[in-house]
Amino acid sequence: MGILESKVPEGTLADKWENHKFSMNLVNPNNKRKFDIIVVGTGLAGASAAATLGELGYRVKAFTFHDSPRRAHSIAAQGGINAAKNYTNDGDSVHRLFYDTVKGGDYRSREANVHRLAEVSVNIIDQATAQGVPFARDYGGLLDNRSFGGAQVSRTFYARGQTGQQLLIGAYSALMRQVAAGTVELHTRAELLDVVKKDGRACGIVVRDLLSGEVTPHSAHAVVLATGGYSNVYFLSTNAMMCNVTAAWRAHKRGAYFANPCYTQIHPTCIPASDDFQSKLTLMSESLRNDGRIWVPSAFDDTRPAADIPEGDRDYYLERKYPAFGNLVPRDVASRNAKTVCDEGHGVGPLKNGVYLDFAAAIARNGLDAISEKYGNLFDMYQRITGENPYEQPMRIYPAIHYTMGGLWVDYHLMTTVPGLYSIGEANFSDHGANRLGASALMQGLADGYFVLPYTIGDDLAGQLGNPVVPVDDPVFTTAVAGIEDEAHRWLSINGTRSVDHFHRELGRIVWDRIGMARNGPGLEKGLSEISALRSEFHSDVRVLGSADTLNQSLEKAGRVADFFELAELMARDALERSESCGGHFREEHQTAQGEAQRDDDNFAHVAAWEWNGEGTVQTRHREELTFETVALSQRSYK
Amino acid sequence: MSGSHGETINVTLKVWRQTSADAPGGFETHQQAISTDASFLEMLDLLNEELNAAGKEPIAFESDCREGICGTCGVMINGRAHGPQKATATCQLHMREFADDDEIVIEPFRATGFPVIRDLAVDRSPLDAIIEAGGYISVNTGAASDANLTPVPKAAADQAFDAAACIGCGACVAACPNSAAQLFTSAKIGHLGLLPQGQAERWSRTEAMVETMEEFFGSCTNHGECTEACPKEISLDFIALMNRDYMKAKVKNRGLAGQH
Ligand SMILES: Cc1cc2nc3c(=O)[nH]c(=O)nc-3n(C[C@H](O)[C@H](O)[C@H](O)COP(=O)(O)OP(=O)(O)OC[C@H]3O[C@@H](n4cnc5c(N)ncnc54)[C@H](O)[C@@H]3O)c2cc1C
Ligand code: SF4
Ligand code: FES
Repeated sequence: MGILESKVPEGTLADKWENHKFSMNLVNPNNKRKFDIIVVGTGLAGASAAATLGELGYRVKAFTFHDSPRRAHSIAAQGGINAAKNYTNDGDSVHRLFYDTVKGGDYRSREANVHRLAEVSVNIIDQATAQGVPFARDYGGLLDNRSFGGAQVSRTFYARGQTGQQLLIGAYSALMRQVAAGTVELHTRAELLDVVKKDGRACGIVVRDLLSGEVTPHSAHAVVLATGGYSNVYFLSTNAMMCNVTAAWRAHKRGAYFANPCYTQIHPTCIPASDDFQSKLTLMSESLRNDGRIWVPSAFDDTRPAADIPEGDRDYYLERKYPAFGNLVPRDVASRNAKTVCDEGHGVGPLKNGVYLDFAAAIARNGLDAISEKYGNLFDMYQRITGENPYEQPMRIYPAIHYTMGGLWVDYHLMTTVPGLYSIGEANFSDHGANRLGASALMQGLADGYFVLPYTIGDDLAGQLGNPVVPVDDPVFTTAVAGIEDEAHRWLSINGTRSVDHFHRELGRIVWDRIGMARNGPGLEKGLSEISALRSEFHSDVRVLGSADTLNQSLEKAGRVADFFELAELMARDALERSESCGGHFREEHQTAQGEAQRDDDNFAHVAAWEWNGEGTVQTRHREELTFETVALSQRSYK
Repeated sequence: MSGSHGETINVTLKVWRQTSADAPGGFETHQQAISTDASFLEMLDLLNEELNAAGKEPIAFESDCREGICGTCGVMINGRAHGPQKATATCQLHMREFADDDEIVIEPFRATGFPVIRDLAVDRSPLDAIIEAGGYISVNTGAASDANLTPVPKAAADQAFDAAACIGCGACVAACPNSAAQLFTSAKIGHLGLLPQGQAERWSRTEAMVETMEEFFGSCTNHGECTEACPKEISLDFIALMNRDYMKAKVKNRGLAGQH
């Protein structure tokens, strides 16, 4: 087991980033145009990075497998984005946002990164507003805020229920402005399938055109992966259908360590699954917990309609157990409690797989119009999916996998263990520890892309001045291209009996059962063997029809699902090794008498980062020790 | 997970199949039994499973978020872009909107600006070209002042938001008898043009975006089909605003205003 070097700068926490910006090497404005940078992904993280790097004068190539950068999964974020603006004068500060994030992450994140995130959070709101992002405003025309799970101040900026779409349109428009200016070359419907290295350094990527099937090499001085999270390993998740781990995973297989894969987040407020044909789960924004009250019938198997259940027969279990935070406890706590009450037999709905989220009291207090103004589009969305009217009967909700805190290991510069290869946004592991607070992913993606990477990347590039890019006819590229072309033909030639989706769905079931909301040693061992058995079957029995030289969605998915299989094994292994509970990683063997997650700081206050050792061998677990200079480690309490 | 609480209906699907932009296309007929709790796209997923099992290539169609926000999905259902339900994208449509024995005709978005890629998938990249022409406010990262420095009257902010809600799906173009992209373009112009931040480039933006739009798309003859099909119910008022701004942009003494 090696020790990883995080490159956190010296100095007091509050000064580290300021001082470091001064001490880093700079690339002078005229030299920036001598550098080629590849940015893969055009979600919040990738679009903001590509736009900013272009503005700075670098030559940028941006890639996305979507038909337009505006379609990245970031678009679906509903609730909001945090920033320590303290516009509401309720005691917020950079330090408080930092503190809440470290605590919310259950003390498994790197203090220095989180502090930097809190510092730049305020600039994000300024930048987005200047771009025309229509954040909610009050009657005086100033920006409005709301509170979100895990915080006792109102620091969340929002744009109706479509904060992600509005922020992404802002970043996308900045990106398109650079495309027009010629600083960014945009490649859409282009999927990264390999990362290429020469002499240990990342020198480019291999991409498949999803319409023509053509496989092409692209070289650059640095490669940035902003390719999002891996929740879809569970098949059913709140993520968009095409989200996948392929870019990060293939980088992992080229030497980038994969950190904390077992840290996955379950979101407490999603619409429960209704049947076997379910293709994805829909999130109901967490902001609903500000006004909705969560309850289940106190009796087991109570089948009365909600309206017929009198107050005395209802259990508002979060308010009962956590009087201080009530319905606003962090996600992991809210989710586990929902699972517990459903497992005990209090679940509601036809499949008894939900709890109520009730707005009757809020409607009585604030009026129907106020509630509809705030949540109207979410209520409509719920009604379209379930056919039930949430103004008249409580919503049914259940936890679903939503976000992945794990990802490519990066140092303070956001560089992976492969020199020249960076990772930003949800694709990296950096800032959320073992649990992410609501409204913090948008903040992190944009912090990385607008305000962190554009500085840190210069430090390394400065040393590359004068080095030409590796030509794309170099054997490192031609071999990689041939490998990807072979891969496509391999899928087409298996000619088995089951579809890619069939295997993905089955894999998802295993991952949800074994590495889901609650995990235990024997279950994880079992999961490992189940995954491996299904994986062999996948490789011998999958049926991918059609050809490789046209749009072929089954073929695209085959490669992604293959990577999910490998990731799932690593998740199980990571969860097994981490014999403690923390944040979203709940090991049933490690809980307090009250059923709360029990950390083991003596043995596990570290990041686990896994090194690929080649096909058929188990990865090596490395660790980065986490030291807490500012925040005292304590048992999280939201009582 | 088993046992549905919706009922099962039987529908006849006539689905457009076409292997490439220049190959001839045609309809293929399938019978499908489906729960009314399923979404329209889940029904197509099931059909694709059956096709694959029978050794036939699945139908290509696009979707991603499946919650009406990314604008990736979109097909013609019985001649209507995104189908029969108002303010609903294809991915949000559920089978409870259909009845037993219904015949459902499914085609790609049809518009000169959107060539067919395969089956139900079309190329909508000209919409990005319109944005590239000027659908932004020019502010480099780091150049912004404090967000609360300029209050924006709530009414203006709300109106700008109504326009900003456009998801770029292209249904307006598909619904238009002239394949015009006025609603999409005016939504972007309205969003930025109604905000104080968007004033500096208002006229040059309008001119550039409208003229790029005209390179790819047909012209508007005020049918209003676009807003009927729009999943976000973008209002025709934005087209009026865009037309007004375009006229002004053309006659404005832009040199005097310090704008080009
Ligand atoms: C339903 C939902 C609601 C949410 N709400 C909130 C919220 O209110 N507040 C909050 O803070 N967070 C929220 N989140 C989380 C947040 O939206 C995401 O974590 C964040 O947007 C991720 O941004 P990203 O830029 O890292 O990745 P993404 O937006 O996922 O973008 C990934 C990009 O990478 C590209 N890509 C991926 N792989 C490849 C490849 N191999 N080749 C080429 N391109 C590739 C994709 O095309 C895409 O452009 C929500 C998440 C969900 C699921
Ligand atoms: S205006 Fe409406 S129909 Fe047209 S692209 Fe925007 S959301 Fe789609
Ligand atoms: S799939 Fe995203 S809007 Fe329909």
